Amino acid sequence: MLSSAAEIFRRPPRLREKLRRLPWGLAALITFAFAIGFAMLYSAGNGHVRPWASRQALHFLFAFLPMIAAGLFDLRRWFRAAYFVYGAALFLVLLVDLRGFAGMGAQRWIGLGVIHLQPSELMSLALVLALARYFHSRREEEAGRLLPLLVPAFLILAPAALVLKEPDLGTAAMLLLTGAAMFFLAGVRPRYFLAALAAAAASVPLAWHFLHAYQKERITTFFHPSSDPLGAGYHILQSKIALGSGGLFGEGFLHGSQSHLSFLPEKATDFIFTMLAEEFGLVGAAALLGLYILICVYGLLIALHSRSQFGRLLGLGVVTNFFFYAFINMAMVMGLVPVVGIPLPLVSYGGTAMLAVMCGFGLLFSVCVHREARMNRRGDTQAA
Amino acid sequence: MRALLPFYRRSRRLRARFGGASKGAPGLGEPAQKRELLRDRLTTRRAFLLAGAEGALVLLLAGRMYQLQILDSGRYRLLAEKNSIALRPLAPPRGRILDRSGIPLADNRHNYNLVIVAEEAGNPRQTLAAVGRLLALERDEEQRVLRDIRRVRRFIPVVVRDNLRWEEMARVEVATPELPGVSIEEGLSRRYPLGPDAAHVLGYVGAVSKRDLDGDPLLEMPDFRIGKSGLEKVEDGLLRGKAGTEEVEVNAYGRVVRDLARFPPRPGADLRTTLDKGAQEFAFRRSSEQPSVASLLIDAWSGGVLALASVPSFDPDLFSTGLSPANWRALSTDPKHPLVDKVIAGVYPPGSTFKPTVAVAALVAGVITPETEFFCPGYLRLGKAVFHCWKKGGHGTLALHDAIKESCDVYFYHVAMRLGMERLAATARVFGYGRPSGIGPPGEKAGLVPTPQWQKAARGIPWEQGETLISGIGQGALGVTPLQIALMVARLITGKRVVPRLVHSASAGKPAAFAPLGIAPQILSFVVDAMVAVVNEPHGTGYALRIANPAFAMGGKSGTAQVHRISRYEREHDALTGTKVPWQDRDHALFVGFAPVGAPRYVCAAVVEHGGTAGGEGAAAAGPIVRDILLDVQQRARAGPPEVANAGAPSSRPRKAS
Repeated sequence: MLSSAAEIFRRPPRLREKLRRLPWGLAALITFAFAIGFAMLYSAGNGHVRPWASRQALHFLFAFLPMIAAGLFDLRRWFRAAYFVYGAALFLVLLVDLRGFAGMGAQRWIGLGVIHLQPSELMSLALVLALARYFHSRREEEAGRLLPLLVPAFLILAPAALVLKEPDLGTAAMLLLTGAAMFFLAGVRPRYFLAALAAAAASVPLAWHFLHAYQKERITTFFHPSSDPLGAGYHILQSKIALGSGGLFGEGFLHGSQSHLSFLPEKATDFIFTMLAEEFGLVGAAALLGLYILICVYGLLIALHSRSQFGRLLGLGVVTNFFFYAFINMAMVMGLVPVVGIPLPLVSYGGTAMLAVMCGFGLLFSVCVHREARMNRRGDTQAA
Repeated sequence: MRALLPFYRRSRRLRARFGGASKGAPGLGEPAQKRELLRDRLTTRRAFLLAGAEGALVLLLAGRMYQLQILDSGRYRLLAEKNSIALRPLAPPRGRILDRSGIPLADNRHNYNLVIVAEEAGNPRQTLAAVGRLLALERDEEQRVLRDIRRVRRFIPVVVRDNLRWEEMARVEVATPELPGVSIEEGLSRRYPLGPDAAHVLGYVGAVSKRDLDGDPLLEMPDFRIGKSGLEKVEDGLLRGKAGTEEVEVNAYGRVVRDLARFPPRPGADLRTTLDKGAQEFAFRRSSEQPSVASLLIDAWSGGVLALASVPSFDPDLFSTGLSPANWRALSTDPKHPLVDKVIAGVYPPGSTFKPTVAVAALVAGVITPETEFFCPGYLRLGKAVFHCWKKGGHGTLALHDAIKESCDVYFYHVAMRLGMERLAATARVFGYGRPSGIGPPGEKAGLVPTPQWQKAARGIPWEQGETLISGIGQGALGVTPLQIALMVARLITGKRVVPRLVHSASAGKPAAFAPLGIAPQILSFVVDAMVAVVNEPHGTGYALRIANPAFAMGGKSGTAQVHRISRYEREHDALTGTKVPWQDRDHALFVGFAPVGAPRYVCAAVVEHGGTAGGEGAAAAGPIVRDILLDVQQRARAGPPEVANAGAPSSRPRKAS
């Protein structure tokens, strides 16, 4: 049994076997979420597939293949590639800072011929990969000590600082949250979190000083939204009006008055959830929330069934990242957190965001396909 | 569901991990295996803790959704409605101004404006160039349109050219296929059929200025016009009408998506005036024969003003369509003051037209009787000063009747001396001098009736008796408006406190119930008779003006208002005759007349600025104007009121707020 098992994992698994192991149920849920997004973009285009829905469908198709490919890619290879991926992503973020051009008032894009790549969206996945590898290679007790935590802390803070400088407050917050979740999952003692929280609170005045004027405005607006209903608070007020007028069952598909009369800003991207909630009401909004919960639970189960710490951490990290994306977007449009420009995963219009989210799921797929794979501290199949 | 199955099977192993029962794993040493297991367990525990926290966040989201979409839904629904329903004012058509028989003096005309909608034009610059070839659009006009296009939202029409002429419209209509986004928009604009003839009394309309805002939503509409002067201004409240509203569904950019409801505006009411279109036209035309004239014709029985002409005038249409800066400069700097209504705002010394007032005052005071005689040697010496009569060599001995008829200055010096300034001023006030009549249009002047007290208070110098003397012949500090001169005569011939008015009322045409002046009728009729003699008896200063037809015969009084102080040299050398004097130094010529003599009803006064020769009598320039106006109105009255042609206004279609 021992030899046969070892043999199984030594020889490259056949493609058919891998395909069978792919979590097709999760893929179906993801496709379903995309379909909801497609419908909303069709509505946002006033009943036309142009300009958003048709292109979003292309985005999805182009992202679906990398997702499957990433899923078939061996988990141990992901392990080995982790730091390289992280380094490459960090380099791209740095490149954006250095010579990216300004889009939407912020430097977030990098031009690659016809594609505009937004590396900060990929950065959180790279971070999850890198942290999963790092903690996989460390003993559990080490996660409880301070000194070995300095390296991963740097892994989080370096891209977060760069992204904040772009400036992209939302993605920076995502990186910090995801990184903190990874620390927590890796077993870092709660007292360090309390200490970090205290340190963060202490540095708030300093951070405030470095924020851009519009970022400060967004935050002050968040706390006093009605102070300037036609200015900075406009987005959030209009979003709440649209949500509220949706009621229990909504105004009906293609009939959301606020969205269709253009009172709702960014209805195809950041505020698409508002549009959904206006047209389908609380029922529709809750249904999407339920779908997200299903996806997260599915992902959680995949992660927990991985035999390697790397797979577990990677899967949990991806799921947590996805959850935070969805949560921050929904909380933002409902006025629970400041408007930070985080799209709704799988639903909001946007190519890179779609690609990033799907690649994340691709990693999760790889965890699922290779859940039986055992890895030693160096990521090899052999025992340590 | 099948996809979830393996996890169900695997979950037993999970339970085993929590239970601590290890089955062992192949390929791992015992300590490593244990460590791995411990780490596995820790991560799993942490994962469930994190999932719990995330579950709490999900509950928070769900709670917020419930709050927004169920609890506060009503409030937000209300806000949503407010968001998308806009109330737009609809402008009412402005009321017309009619003459006394209903002929429009100001009405609304449909005008056609060429507009361009940038959104539909695609390339506005190219389209404008095409329009420019059709309409000879000037370079700066094109620049303005392009600037406006950049300023407004792309679906809002921008006016390229307003008030298109018919042939321009035709040219554009034909070329429409090549002009995307260009269309012709219909509007109402103010039109004055009489043009400059009645510009002063009717006034004009113009764009609303910040000062005009009074809370009426109409005033905040772009392109809305309100009365800026004359009757248009005084009666603006009546003419303006009430705004209607239009409920439309708009999107966030203000574009109308759907019409919801319409509450039509209430058109402004028509204003019927006392003016007579024919008389007004005639008075203006006749007055225009001199460079600068103010003349008016009133019906003394009702106080109604039939005609009011101020020359030179201006084109009121220019103001409603927009006045070019060059035009404005020309109008506002002209020394003849075309923008000023000289009938109510021009103040002149009354000259000899004041003598009837002096005569009445003296008779009322009892300082003279009609038989009182004075000797006129051509001058009067008072102390060191010498006061001249206009007639060199003098009139000899004469009584009051002839003194008025021949306008003897020396006689009235004597009368004024006996009367004193206070009593003279009191009677002058009874006749309406020294205060505005309240006729209506803005800018009416009070004029000035000086008294010793006034002089002391206002100028701080004592009153000289010489000033009383020259007041007796209507010179000095005295200042009157042409309207006041006519009003004085209207009161004289009726014996009533006639009040002038421009707005027609039911009692128009009948003698209005004015309060009596409180002056003995014999006194008034004596002075009236003397004024009849001025025109109709030989030696009268206006004898040359007499009207042959006795039914239309008029009485009157001439006057000269001295502008230039006559030097002894000029007087002795007769230097001031004819055209030797520069225009601006010549005296103002005045004449006031009334007709018919049997039953006086019409009063006409005219002031011809610089119309006389210095030192000469004003009858020559102003008299014929008055005579012709009076003759014209009487002939017109005999012919019967004119047929009111088509009194229908343009359809009362309100303009839309753009």
